[in-house]
Amino acid sequence: MEFFFEVLIGGLLSGVMYSLVALGFVLIYKASGVFNFAQGAMVYFAALTFAGFVDMGAPLPVAFVGAFVSMIVLGILTERVVLRPLVNQPQITLFMATIGLAFFIEGLAQIVWGASTRRIDLGITDEPIPYILDRFNMVVSTFDLIAAVIAGALVAVLAAFFQYTKIGRALRAVADDHQAALSIGIPLQHIWAIIWTVAGFVALVAGMLWGARNGAQFALTFVALKALPVLILGGFTSILGAIVGGLIIGSTEKLAEVYIGPMVGGGIENWFPYVLALFFLLVRPEGLFGEKHIDRV
Amino acid sequence: MLYRETGQFKTTYAADQQIFPIRQDRIAIGLLLAVAFLGVPLVADQYWLSAILIPFLIFALATLGLNILTGYAGQLSLGSAAFMAVGAFGAYNFILRLDMPIIPAFLLGGLCAATVGILFGLPSLRIKGFYLAVATLAAQFFVVWGLTKFGWFSNYSSSGVITAQDMEIFGFPIDSPVSKYLLTLTIVSLLALMAKNMVRSNTGRSWMAVRDMDVAAEVIGIPLMKTKLLAFAVSSFYCGVAGALAAYCYLGTVEPDYFTLDLSFKILFMVIVGGVGSILGSFFGAAFIILLPIFLNIVLHPLFGLFGIDISTAIVSNMELMIFGGLIIFFLAVEPHGLARLWQIGKEKLRIWPFPH
Amino acid sequence: MKFKKTLFALAATSALFAGMPAAQADDQFVSLLSYRVGPYGNNGISVFGGWIDYMKLVNAKGGVNGVKLTWEECETEYNNARGVECYERLKGKSPTKGTMIHPVSTGISYSILDKTLADKVPLVMIGYGRTDAVDGRYFPYAFPLVTTYQMQASAMLKFISQRLGGKETADLKGKKIAFVYHDSAFGKEPLEVLRAESALNKFEVVEIPVAHPGIEQTAQWQQVRQAKPDFVIFWGWGAMNSAGLQAAQKVGFPREKMVGVWWSGAEEDTVPAGPGAKGYMAANFGVVGKDIPLIKDIVDTVYKAKQGDMKDESKIGSVLYSRGVLHGLITVEAIRTAQAKFGKRVMTGEEIQWGLEHLKIDQKRLKELGAEGMMPDTKVTCADHEGSGKVMFQQWDGTKWNKITDYLEGNRTLVRQLLDASAKKYAEEKKIQPRDCAAVDAGTETGAANKKTAKK
Repeated sequence: MEFFFEVLIGGLLSGVMYSLVALGFVLIYKASGVFNFAQGAMVYFAALTFAGFVDMGAPLPVAFVGAFVSMIVLGILTERVVLRPLVNQPQITLFMATIGLAFFIEGLAQIVWGASTRRIDLGITDEPIPYILDRFNMVVSTFDLIAAVIAGALVAVLAAFFQYTKIGRALRAVADDHQAALSIGIPLQHIWAIIWTVAGFVALVAGMLWGARNGAQFALTFVALKALPVLILGGFTSILGAIVGGLIIGSTEKLAEVYIGPMVGGGIENWFPYVLALFFLLVRPEGLFGEKHIDRV
Repeated sequence: MLYRETGQFKTTYAADQQIFPIRQDRIAIGLLLAVAFLGVPLVADQYWLSAILIPFLIFALATLGLNILTGYAGQLSLGSAAFMAVGAFGAYNFILRLDMPIIPAFLLGGLCAATVGILFGLPSLRIKGFYLAVATLAAQFFVVWGLTKFGWFSNYSSSGVITAQDMEIFGFPIDSPVSKYLLTLTIVSLLALMAKNMVRSNTGRSWMAVRDMDVAAEVIGIPLMKTKLLAFAVSSFYCGVAGALAAYCYLGTVEPDYFTLDLSFKILFMVIVGGVGSILGSFFGAAFIILLPIFLNIVLHPLFGLFGIDISTAIVSNMELMIFGGLIIFFLAVEPHGLARLWQIGKEKLRIWPFPH
Repeated sequence: MKFKKTLFALAATSALFAGMPAAQADDQFVSLLSYRVGPYGNNGISVFGGWIDYMKLVNAKGGVNGVKLTWEECETEYNNARGVECYERLKGKSPTKGTMIHPVSTGISYSILDKTLADKVPLVMIGYGRTDAVDGRYFPYAFPLVTTYQMQASAMLKFISQRLGGKETADLKGKKIAFVYHDSAFGKEPLEVLRAESALNKFEVVEIPVAHPGIEQTAQWQQVRQAKPDFVIFWGWGAMNSAGLQAAQKVGFPREKMVGVWWSGAEEDTVPAGPGAKGYMAANFGVVGKDIPLIKDIVDTVYKAKQGDMKDESKIGSVLYSRGVLHGLITVEAIRTAQAKFGKRVMTGEEIQWGLEHLKIDQKRLKELGAEGMMPDTKVTCADHEGSGKVMFQQWDGTKWNKITDYLEGNRTLVRQLLDASAKKYAEEKKIQPRDCAAVDAGTETGAANKKTAKK
């Protein structure tokens, strides 16, 4: 039973890490209807930039600000160069454009910082907490807990930002209806630039946490794949959905790997979340928290 | 001046309904086929055949398959590579276990892929748009996992790799690049012709109705389930045959990991760049996506050398990646309907040339 | 008109394809299917850097018996289709068709295996690739040189037994070993050997696959913790390695009880894992480091002249860099061996096949090259395309890799049985007749022409 809880907790905490990446997707999809496949590349770029500044001798906060500024520039450029010319195109075209963007960012990151894996040291150890290990014989990592707290704080800040600030209200208006928002004088393009910047910020946080665990390396672009089922399960448009989806996917995929895996030869972590999300979708085709869509002829 | 259809009168329905109603088009396609079947084998060297033309044809076929599903029936799929894998491993097992001739084995491999396609197409009855991508992604990961995990599929090879058996048709060995090219070309041309006809038929029109709005299509009496599943089946069949060809005519030895998500994305790229909902576009798209990286790779290195800029190979490789991504974006911005649309514009211009309107 | 521009671009493309200059005929042209971007670019930079640096060193010293080496890189991104294209493209660049091909990727090795046979270009896979090709009777042009995965896995068991206080693999009786592996062709390669060894020596193997790309391994390492194994064999590549080390730290599994495959034991894997990697061990071909005379020689000759390939010079002497140097060294030695028989000129693929099949590199020769201890004694024959089968083990002390054992050899008889069975199955499927190795060794049959049996 201890082991069950250990896996469950480990899974929930991993799920939070997935949610972090999924959040970036949700923000952009909500505001501009773009399924941004470049989010993974952005995570990689952010992590590498952060690590690069640290390696150049900058203290952590300075590196953080520096990386954030880079993400702002990247966000604004993306809006200008990629999104503006593609306004009003079908979703699939925009989706493809973001894949192109992903290639571009991957190339750029490696030209600027080199392809070598850089180590990110946030000063948090990734070791089991002795107290829990002795008391319950369960392994819970300090790093995971802190990451979860950071993710929680990030979600709270984002929720407050959306709820209580003027920009937040404008963002929600744009998400609801582009044209209506335009007609009441909300500058759509500014809003998009802001939302890409916020997504860049989320990517930076995700990149730092994932990077601290795996090193800032190319494989960070793959975290997008971990975020996809989370996104689909939670619904493309819901921030809450990204969090709940992450928790569900994280915990069930780990439990499945540990308990179902050995029966079928293991390694099921890749497809299990998708199949799980599929079953959820059969019941709720728009995801757990997605907006219900009514078709009219 | 040459491209004028003045004076070509259609006096029968059959003449009006033929695939290429303009005489010049018929001549052009005839010439193209003649060059492809007779000219290319004479002049192309091994590099062109085995590194460019064969993969081009194979990917054009897979793109065609995905285009039927995404372009005509409007169902997004990110699992094309998985269906290719089913086709490849299916054909391998038919030949290995039943000692079958290759053509029926390829077709049966395609049918296996179609079956798997129908299975993973079922959720499309309820899920739409990007959410549907999850079903096909599930197919993508599940199929590759299954092929790696269950040794039966690869005849218990310790690493899960299959090696294509020797091929022959009616006693002719298919072992040289030229013969492999001709085999691929024949299969691809026939299947492309079939696809062209299919999308002009009743089936194709119901697909397009479903694509444009499935609720409306249902209202006018198109059976949604049958139409969507048929699209999944046909699409997967094409991908499956392409997979079998990839294993037998292109690579020779394949592991399940060859058929990754990246490959699926690449095929989707080809569809979008070539033109969603266009048979001809599938060929354009495949050519573009296959040739562009090679072109960049060949051009960039000497180019920098020319200007005397001494930069490391890694940077040039990364530049390739950036330019590739940049061109995709540029391309989508300039012509979101793909190369097929450019082709069409070109044709229109030719028709009225030398007048601007 | 866009349309015309497109046409024009197409025409320009084809002109470029056709008009590429070929390599000079009196140089030995080596095709390099390199990868410096993409998921494994990080590893590729070091491997290909070392390899190119070695070839530059050889050229600086007058080439191979006066024959200069030239080479061209083609970026594969570790992608099979790109690899095939690169192979075909570089093949046309010289009459020797690229001398010999090291794809440095198991996937690409499989994809070009048939083509290299048809083109009579040796396919050399040092420490990866199609392992049953050790049986040169069925695979005349494929050389899984130095050591295969299977021999390595078997040697690892012996090593583990020694770490646990035993002497031979048989002393593992009653122990439990967890095998954490990349769930792909690469990771599954040693499974058969491990199972056979466990049946033979009565120990338990717990198989724990990690799905690609393996950046999240919490569940797997919790399984390891639950299973309480005496030792873990870690079989990863790329991002999976540092993630695995971190996850081991996370569940508190001691790294001193982890031994990795040689693709899991480089600075690229341990540095990102930080302190989590300290004490971790891995297999390798030989010693590494900047103090080796050959590496010093490269620094003094190539880097002093600002000709070095590595941008990040701190990586010189690292595990993967040294492996790259070995790739170059083996390439050159094979050419040299062939030259001894056929004359001091540019060698063709067939001649190099002979050279590889008679390749003999011992410590004496390595000492002459300044590379003593960098690889085990290797002697290739027609029947044995592996040549050695030995590995040594190294341990990460937090800053560098240190050699901790001498060369160990696993259960060769057992491994060979398995590989022979696999090669035979391949031959049956492909209907290949084995070559007569006795005749090849006697020199009566040099060529590698495999006669195919007539179809029933």
